[in-house]
Amino acid sequence: MIAIDGVGKWYGPVQVLKGCTTQVSKGEVVVVCGPSGSGKSTLIKTVNALEPFQEGAISVDGIALKDKRTDLPKLRARVGMVFQHFELFPHLSITDNLTLAQCKVLKRPREEARTRGLKLLERVGLSAHAQKFPGQLSGGQQQRVAIARALSMDPIVMLFDEPTSALDPEMVGEVLDVMVQLAREGMTMMCVTHEMGFARKVANRVIFMDRGEIVEDAQKEEFFGQPRSPRAQQFLSKILAH
Amino acid sequence: MFGDFDYKVILASLPYLFGTGMVFTVTLTALAASGGIVLGTIIAMMRLSGVAFLVPIARIYVDFMRSLPLVLVIFWFYFLVPYIGQWITGASRPISVGAFTSALITFTLFEAAFFSEIMRAGIQSIPRGQTSAAQALGLNYVQTMKSVILPQAFRNMLPLLLTQTIVLFQDTSLVYVISLTDFMGAASKVAQRDGRLVEMYIFAALVYLAICFSASFLVRRLQRRVAIIR
Repeated sequence: MIAIDGVGKWYGPVQVLKGCTTQVSKGEVVVVCGPSGSGKSTLIKTVNALEPFQEGAISVDGIALKDKRTDLPKLRARVGMVFQHFELFPHLSITDNLTLAQCKVLKRPREEARTRGLKLLERVGLSAHAQKFPGQLSGGQQQRVAIARALSMDPIVMLFDEPTSALDPEMVGEVLDVMVQLAREGMTMMCVTHEMGFARKVANRVIFMDRGEIVEDAQKEEFFGQPRSPRAQQFLSKILAH
Repeated sequence: MFGDFDYKVILASLPYLFGTGMVFTVTLTALAASGGIVLGTIIAMMRLSGVAFLVPIARIYVDFMRSLPLVLVIFWFYFLVPYIGQWITGASRPISVGAFTSALITFTLFEAAFFSEIMRAGIQSIPRGQTSAAQALGLNYVQTMKSVILPQAFRNMLPLLLTQTIVLFQDTSLVYVISLTDFMGAASKVAQRDGRLVEMYIFAALVYLAICFSASFLVRRLQRRVAIIR
């Protein structure tokens, strides 16, 4: 589904991604972790071309990002993304947040988009808030709406960029529950997260990044059982200690 | 000083002052402000586009307009627009555009420079994540701007845009240099004709004061109503 091949990226003279190669197959849940500044958020943002990269190639569902003929907006519409800071549109009601892209990009009729949006809102348990504005919801609720918004486009894969990092601790659970449910239903997912509990529960593979490089790319059991690299071991011992 | 203050002059000239003068002032202000905001937004988007040749064009335009006195620009355009029209249409003689059209074009172009700086600040005040989110949903540049960024930028900047419009409302009085009669010009004419300078200028000042003061007040109230809930 996603093939990342030797991707390198520079900010001026600073190299932030070095020869990253990995892939995500259909129905697979891959968790990307690593210390801050390791390039994991940058990597996931290159997948839907929100961040440009200078070297290597990425293809999503067989479509190469670097190909000049690729219609990026059209491709992005099929790749759902959830951000650390939710990024709901604050001037639009929850319903309008859910229907905007459906109407504008997929050209769905208003009513159909609305029905689809409200159904997803119900799924994340927020039907009662359809008429409210994002600012009236808690962080956890906003992030659930953001997930529903991404799902409303019927994506073939979902990208999560630290979806729980900006949340108060008591709200992390409600967002992870939605993500776990999604994973169990067979959604292809690539998640940048530090939630190792989530990784243990639903991930198929875990990628560990450090200083812009993929240091470890292993099956979940292997990764949690005995990471091969000392850097991953060190990282795990730090975050699992608490 | 107020011993021989003649209220009747004011009363008698009210239909002329408002029916002709104020209608002109309000029309010019409304048209120039709308045009200026649209053009200003486009200039702001050019400036922020990062496109190699658009950025300097927008910057030079804004700096140029802001470096010239408005009166001079009004004058210049009045004499220049007919020739520009001739040049564009390839006519054999300068196009006659009329003082009002000339003034409207001038004010629109001049105010666009100021509105563009306001809109630029407005667009920049929207977090980058909003653009990313819109793009991630598949919206293209135009859709992202139209549905996500500009509505927010516009709301955030509405108080400043209206304040600038109030300034424009006052600045329209400068059209006297090309012999147009706005509210101020009408008051001035009556004052000269009847030799009642004190009455007419005090009255004109009071009218401007009343309008601009209440407009500022309304802007503040509006600001609270349109604010985006965060």
